[in-house]
Amino acid sequence: MSPANPMNRRKDRIDELAATSGGGTATLVREAGAVDEKPGVSLIASAWKRLRRNPVFLIGATISLLFVVLALVSPFIAPHDPAVGYLLDKVRPQSNPVPGPEPGFPLGADDVGRDLLSRLIVGSQQTLLVGVVATLFGLAGGLVLGILAGAFGGWVDALVMRVVDVLLSIPSLLLAFSIAALATRATQLTVIIAVAAVQVPIFARLLRGSLLAQRHSDHVLAARALGVTERAVVFRHMLPNALGPVIVQSTLVLATSIIDAAALSFLGLGNPNDRRPEWGQMLGRAQQYIYDSPHLAVYPALCIIFVALGFTLMGESLREALDPKSRR
Amino acid sequence: MTATATTPRTHRHGDEPLLSVRDLRVTFTRQGEEPFTAVDGVSFDVRPGQTVGLVGESGCGKSVTSLAIMGLLPTRGNRVEGTATFDGTDLLRLSGSDMRDRRGRDIAMIFQDPLSSLNPVVPVGRQVTEVLERHRGMSRKAATPLARDLLQRVGIPDPDRRLKDYPHQMSGGMRQRALIAMALACAPRLLIADEPTTALDVTIQAQILSLLKELVQDTGTALVMITHDLGVVAGLCDEVNVLYGGRIVERGERHELFAEPRHPYTNGLLASIPRLDSERAPLTPIPGSVSDNLPWTSACAFAPRCSQPVEVCTRQTPALEESAGRALRCFNPVEVTR
Repeated sequence: MSPANPMNRRKDRIDELAATSGGGTATLVREAGAVDEKPGVSLIASAWKRLRRNPVFLIGATISLLFVVLALVSPFIAPHDPAVGYLLDKVRPQSNPVPGPEPGFPLGADDVGRDLLSRLIVGSQQTLLVGVVATLFGLAGGLVLGILAGAFGGWVDALVMRVVDVLLSIPSLLLAFSIAALATRATQLTVIIAVAAVQVPIFARLLRGSLLAQRHSDHVLAARALGVTERAVVFRHMLPNALGPVIVQSTLVLATSIIDAAALSFLGLGNPNDRRPEWGQMLGRAQQYIYDSPHLAVYPALCIIFVALGFTLMGESLREALDPKSRR
Repeated sequence: MTATATTPRTHRHGDEPLLSVRDLRVTFTRQGEEPFTAVDGVSFDVRPGQTVGLVGESGCGKSVTSLAIMGLLPTRGNRVEGTATFDGTDLLRLSGSDMRDRRGRDIAMIFQDPLSSLNPVVPVGRQVTEVLERHRGMSRKAATPLARDLLQRVGIPDPDRRLKDYPHQMSGGMRQRALIAMALACAPRLLIADEPTTALDVTIQAQILSLLKELVQDTGTALVMITHDLGVVAGLCDEVNVLYGGRIVERGERHELFAEPRHPYTNGLLASIPRLDSERAPLTPIPGSVSDNLPWTSACAFAPRCSQPVEVCTRQTPALEESAGRALRCFNPVEVTR
């Protein structure tokens, strides 16, 4: 073939082109190197790897862990029964409404003579219960609404999101207050429901947003191209990828629901039965003596601040660690 | 995979077409906006075992064509017309669930970006078994050894270990291999590859293309190759369709088309490939961009960018004329230099 012949030159070029892309030899087929990582390192595992070295996370997690452990063992380590008025005979309504510290009662007693330290310790239990259960209720409601809106779209989405928008437009404490006031007799459960109801629209909106982002992602299109059923697309391909922000939000909501429950108690809509103490409730009761004995309010308030701080720090650092932008 | 008989390549041109696309038209409609026709009357055939290329620059309608055939366009905001007959049934008229049963079993697709096309939170092995569970009704346990064989078949070393890997632990080339394994899991008769090598570097591109070539030859799967890379076309395709502005402007057997491009656009595409040899010629790009297009209804869309336009090009729509296995849509084709 002579180079002067344009036809032949073109043919040469095709073969050249073919060689650059299609004509790899068998030895080339073997992949040379792979990314060197241990098998089974999931998103969670690699996030954990980064979290382990993050001081903010360590502080937050330590506080949260201490709080949970305290709540679990509190009945065994509390020096006295929190429901019994040991120092009732020291209470003088006029001169000394709140008995001060004395041997065996390092923080003194409350207005009906019950040991303050024991009540604080045992109070962690109900506080944790309120926080966790309210978060779970809020999460469950938000998941249902968010999946309905994000997975079905169309008029279901429009309807759910309008309701959610209306709920979001009401200030959260006012909403919780209104719902709590609906109950004829306040119990721990009504407080939990009121606090959880505030979180439902937040979770729903968050989940819908991240489901929508997943709906248009390449891997969902690829799953559809493989004939995966709509249910599996939603629950196996979209939902697990959309849960990251929701998990982070839950940690933060743990903190806010403890604070919200305390606020409800403070405003007189809390659980009136105080045989089983709860920090928010103790805070609410302490307001009668806030001038003479501020310590009654300060101790539970400090506990609440400390625990809320722990959960918030943990949630924030989780958010950072799970952020896909910080991966790799 | 072994169950699929190997189609003798010599006989395939006599076969009935496996996929026959006729006058496919996809129009995107949005409230308050002019409807936009992304694919404008595209027709082509794919025979068993054949590799057909759809070539063109960004925005010429290649990907929309493939998504329309797969039934993967969004349900709202577009109108799909024409027919895509696959083995006697018109895919465009199938119900959503019938089409879902076919996708992954009879027709599969490989996408451009292998990282984002894999579910990041599910191990690769489970993503392969999912296809088998879905279409073959297998349990995950029964499907796992098959998935392992598939990974091995597409050239993933140490498949037992890789089954448990997450996508981010694999290299780009391996991810694309895993996607190919998923697409081929149920031995589909038609595979649509939408720019399967664009996101990969050049050496990996070569490996993936030779893998595809090998698999297509072994299994007799028909392949529709969508690409803007003429190198890919030259190495892989039997027949090449060149798209411009949503219409096919030239079609031909690969060697003929490359040796004698008749349409100025095809010619321009070939001339704009960088050369590394001694000619030292500057690059000759096609001037302008897709936004300069004229409407096909009253002119040749390519006329404003054409190297040799004649007066009739801006007044009349050129028709796709077929002769001797080639098709051309041009008033003033490039002279054959022979």
